Amino acid sequence: MTGLWRVAEVVSGVPESETSRTIGLRVDGLMGNLAGQHIDIRLTADDGYSAVRSYSVATAGTDELLEITVDELPDGEVSPYLVRDVAIGDQLEIRGPVGGWFVWRPTDTNPVQLIAGGSGIVPLMSMIRAHEASENPSQFRLLYSLKSPKAGFYREELLTLSRESPKLTVDYVYTREAPPGWSATPQRLTAEVLLASILPADPAPDIFICGQTVFVETVAEWLVQAGYPAASIKTERFGGTGGTL
Amino acid sequence: MGIISSGFHGKRHSGNPALPPGQYETASFPVLSAGPAPHIPQGDWEFFITTEAGLRHAWSWEAFMDLPQVDIPTDIHCVTSWSKLGTTWRGVSMDTLFEDVETSCGYTTALSYGGYTTNIPLPDLLGGRSWVVWEFDGEPLERAHGGPARLLVPHLYFWKSAKWVNGLELTPTDIPGFWESNGYHLHGDPWREERYS
Repeated sequence: MTGLWRVAEVVSGVPESETSRTIGLRVDGLMGNLAGQHIDIRLTADDGYSAVRSYSVATAGTDELLEITVDELPDGEVSPYLVRDVAIGDQLEIRGPVGGWFVWRPTDTNPVQLIAGGSGIVPLMSMIRAHEASENPSQFRLLYSLKSPKAGFYREELLTLSRESPKLTVDYVYTREAPPGWSATPQRLTAEVLLASILPADPAPDIFICGQTVFVETVAEWLVQAGYPAASIKTERFGGTGGTL
Repeated sequence: MGIISSGFHGKRHSGNPALPPGQYETASFPVLSAGPAPHIPQGDWEFFITTEAGLRHAWSWEAFMDLPQVDIPTDIHCVTSWSKLGTTWRGVSMDTLFEDVETSCGYTTALSYGGYTTNIPLPDLLGGRSWVVWEFDGEPLERAHGGPARLLVPHLYFWKSAKWVNGLELTPTDIPGFWESNGYHLHGDPWREERYS
């Protein structure tokens, strides 16, 4: 099934930050997705030229609906169209959902540490939503590294969850600009700040890291050096094709 | 032709005949792997080939470097749609490594430090189609890109070019590797868009 292109109808479009939009898609016959999976989207111009990109799914449903959040990349080819141009009622072609590795299943019982850099929050949000919607009582903790408050995705939902959910802890780190009254000075994430803001290495939590390449490499390296087993760390890189920071 | 997205014009990368269908060209070198990069000092590294008869052919770093080294100019294609054209690698041809290997198996599983695996039919590795490489664009291969050495099978999607490669096991049947067990195609020819299973 995953190899076939299917028609998706755009059913919603909501700005998520200054440069991003959350797009709801309805796909006939879709039977949901696993938390953390991605889809490919194919756009075709009127002369037949087409381009394909992968986007993580932000939701984890069991029906014909899913949402993606697309961040517009400077000099992007597909993302500017999805963020600015595509309208409710338009049709797109999608393939997937795909992936069985960077996923969380409600039957997983280990505590989970999620670490997001920027738009890397998207597949992790899918896991948070799946976890909240399940009876699974395991502990979830999210560390979300952001340039500034304005760059944050799912702000209200995460605030509400961090207040009300007994099984989710949310920590923010701001690297350039912090909200008014924030206790820490904005600075690049360090190993010390990271290790102080995540679940301890014993017992080893399942760790999912998603963000730009350098962010993911650096964080994974710190965790291994701090004694987190490499086998418990799953990574996914984001941000166009390069992601130099 | 698919559904037309009015107002979408794209960037027309795909006029380049060197790009397989659905690929676009990138100048950077993205890093994609499933977990943290392992540390493998050259002194600890080895490359082995094991046969169905239980024979094990193995090379230390030193023995490997004594083999004939060749430069490989080629294009690489990642299943996530980027292609990098005109890369140059240096390493040892798989034909050299298989010179003394007797087998009737048709398939292999590549094994990596860190636990990664990928399956590749033997005919896709021989005949000047694959290498074990340790240099990229004139520099030792960075750890993030698979250093000290990785497979290079450029005519297949790049997940087949296993980083931190440790060896090959010959197998009588095609046994799905890591990504192949997670939804990706058993073979992975970019020109046929063999992306997903």
